[in-house]
Amino acid sequence: MQDIAAAAQPSLSPEDTRALRTVFNVYTICAALWLVFATFIGVILAFKFVYPEFWAHAGWLTFGRLRPIHTNDTFYAWASIGLVGIAYYVAARSSRTRLYSPMLAWIGLGLFNIAAIAGTVALDLGINDGTLEYREWIWPIRLVFLAALLVTAWNLIATVARRNTQGIYLSNWYTIGGVLWTCIISIVAIVPWYQYGLGQVAVSGFFMHNAVGLWFTPMALGILYYAIPKLFSRPIYSYALGVFAFWTNLIFYPIIGSHHFLFSPLPWWLQTIAIVFSVAMLVPVWAGSANYLLTMRGRPERLYRSPAMFILVGVLGYLIGSSQGTAEAFRSMQQIWHLTNFTVGHSHLTMYGFITFVIWGGVYGLLPRITGKQANNLLMGIHFWWATVGMIIYVLALSIGGTVQGLDWIHGLPFIDSVVNMAPYWLWRAIGGSMMFASHLLFLWNVWFMTYGKRQPKAFAVASTGVTA
Amino acid sequence: MKALLLIAGGSTLVYAMLAVLMGVIPGIELSKTPPGPGVEPLTPLEAEGREVYVANGCSYCHTQQVRPLPEDAVFGRPTAAGDLAYQTPELLGSERNGPDLSDIGARQPSAVWQYMHLYDPRSVVPQSIMPDFSFLFRVVAQAPAGVTPVPVPKPYAPAHGVVIPTHKAVALVAYLLSLKQPPIPGYQPPSAAAPSAAPPSAAPGAAPAFDAAEGAKLFSANCAVCHQASGEGIAGVFPPLKGNAVVLAADPTQQIHVILEGLQGANVGDTVYPGQMPAFKSVLSDAQIANIIDHERTSWGNHSPLATPADVAAERAKLKHQE
Ligand code: HEC
Ligand code: HEC
Repeated sequence: MQDIAAAAQPSLSPEDTRALRTVFNVYTICAALWLVFATFIGVILAFKFVYPEFWAHAGWLTFGRLRPIHTNDTFYAWASIGLVGIAYYVAARSSRTRLYSPMLAWIGLGLFNIAAIAGTVALDLGINDGTLEYREWIWPIRLVFLAALLVTAWNLIATVARRNTQGIYLSNWYTIGGVLWTCIISIVAIVPWYQYGLGQVAVSGFFMHNAVGLWFTPMALGILYYAIPKLFSRPIYSYALGVFAFWTNLIFYPIIGSHHFLFSPLPWWLQTIAIVFSVAMLVPVWAGSANYLLTMRGRPERLYRSPAMFILVGVLGYLIGSSQGTAEAFRSMQQIWHLTNFTVGHSHLTMYGFITFVIWGGVYGLLPRITGKQANNLLMGIHFWWATVGMIIYVLALSIGGTVQGLDWIHGLPFIDSVVNMAPYWLWRAIGGSMMFASHLLFLWNVWFMTYGKRQPKAFAVASTGVTA
Repeated sequence: MKALLLIAGGSTLVYAMLAVLMGVIPGIELSKTPPGPGVEPLTPLEAEGREVYVANGCSYCHTQQVRPLPEDAVFGRPTAAGDLAYQTPELLGSERNGPDLSDIGARQPSAVWQYMHLYDPRSVVPQSIMPDFSFLFRVVAQAPAGVTPVPVPKPYAPAHGVVIPTHKAVALVAYLLSLKQPPIPGYQPPSAAAPSAAPPSAAPGAAPAFDAAEGAKLFSANCAVCHQASGEGIAGVFPPLKGNAVVLAADPTQQIHVILEGLQGANVGDTVYPGQMPAFKSVLSDAQIANIIDHERTSWGNHSPLATPADVAAERAKLKHQE
């Protein structure tokens, strides 16, 4: 069962394949559209730091309303829909069965989109549940999102339950786990009756990190366990290590949330325990990354002009971003970096360098296997390099700038000096961000050609060496 | 089937337990934190202002948590658990693109300044990157009776008419001015020893130790938002210190007095300024005030005799005596 590289598909009717293909296609297109929209907002935000007068004189254009639109739509629309689309494909194919219910998949997609559209409109009107990061959507909207998760969990579980393999392939552990755990996080976040004042701060710390670490992380890790063996044509280096990382991730992650509130009035023990487990997180992170890298080792030719490049960056983003997170959690480091733009750089290294690149790797690497249509290699390469270089500029600018900002404060300079000193770094961030955004337009274009677009003209196709389906 | 149940069900059970332990129970327990001494609920108008603050996402740039770190001392005393009793939704924030606002009502008590700054931050802080909130104001031909227009400086003002705040802006400023940290009885700031350690009454007759760089820095941090880095103030709102009689006077007593005690409604050079000068006696040490005064006395073409920390200490003692 571990050798999914040789995928046979017993007893699957053409209708089943078509249904799975349509689901994968439409999820990916929706996700790509959301990516373009949400990062368009992101670019506007970046330019507002450079030209504060830029698109600013109306309430619906003000920074403080657009910022949560950018974060919530990248999280709950782009990444969530993109990951679920791939997870359905992985669940069906690794279980050698059909998708349990395309209908449920459509309902789920509808709910994800309704939540994201309603959330976007409400936030822009200034309607939110407080500026509690990543749970700004008002509770009725978060209930819709929860419903989407429940439907997804049901569909994934039922698909795996009808598997024609002996065991449950590791990918599905992660994706099913991720969806179910996130249902719990959502409920904890929505119920209002126990979160007041400092109590709400504790819940915010818990929620903020768990939404990232028990939703996007396991989904992306699960997809990696499927996509890497596929793209490198060999089984995962150590299945047992993957199982070990699964359980350690589950147990350590929920405990580290309060590291977002170091030096706050939260009880000292809650902050300290968060630091201790932030260090423990190195165990699953290094175990997981090593497992992926060892699976890829010695096959550099597979990276060349291939979706595997996205996967490689994704794995490195996971390794570097998460290790950086551990370093940031120490009180001595927080003294410099906490509350500075360094944190924003970190969240882009993880949500972009890790999660987003994994989704791209999954889409470019797996979607053609069911549609039979590959993206043009040149355009995929341009997408890759713009996104990668843009991200490096972005993260470096804010990491250096954030350090400067933190040191300015420690040196007791007038506050405004830290604003003035950030100017060049904010400009570089806007430049990097614009490159990233431009690459997303290409991605959308490429997705179209992998799904419903006409086959590309010959001239383009020449460069394709391609992945083998 | 059993495997699926074990993986999905087992892991979910484990996670549910951890969620209760790390999220729900701390949430329930800490929600019971009683208000600290002097921590009061907001008035209805201030509460409305807080809603404007939340709706427009001020807390993506402004924290309301002062950490027990030396670098945070400029924003007030460290935030205590009891400060958050009436704060739902919490506004601690995670990014400090702008200054912490836990104590802004004490640091910047001038409503006029707040209105000007919200209408266009660059009208008072040219380097600011804060968005303008002009959409919380209206431009009218003439201010209705009983409403004072915002004294927006010329280059930032609309071509015609005057700027008046909407109800939302009034509520928001009421909220900002309410943000004052109540003192915690018996609390000693850890860094309090540092500034006053510079002996306030240094050897009498010693040459005044004026640190020009330090003076410029302190002026920028504490005074420039009103009197401007150019020392020219803002016409009709904040008086110029360049060529100002009080600053040019040989005797610094009046200047020291204003900085210690603040000033409002006085007649300065034939103008009654609508702005308010905050008191700095509990914010700045004698040495710091002397440095600022000497910065003012040697900048922008001003030339007047320097003041010493001892002068400031003497004036401070006199004021204390009068109380
Ligand atoms: C994009 C980031 C950003 C947003 C959003 C923002 N601010 Fe600011 N704010 C700043 C910066 C930077 C400064 C420092 C420069 C200045 O004084 O303008 C500042 C300064 C301030 C000050 C003066 C603080 C002091 O210590 O002098 C106040 C008061 C203030 N902001 C209130 C608000 C309010 C109220 C909102 C929401 C309606 C808001 N800000 C939204 C960035 C922001
Ligand atoms: C909130 C804005 C504000 C800030 C901040 C501020 N001032 Fe003032 N200052 C004023 C206003 C308004 C007046 C005039 C008050 C009046 O006329 O009633 C004034 C008056 C003065 C005067 C007296 C001028 C005269 O001719 O009587 C001096 C001296 C002065 N300020 C120095 C300072 C120094 C030094 C600082 C920093 C430590 C400072 N101010 C910070 C608003 C401010």
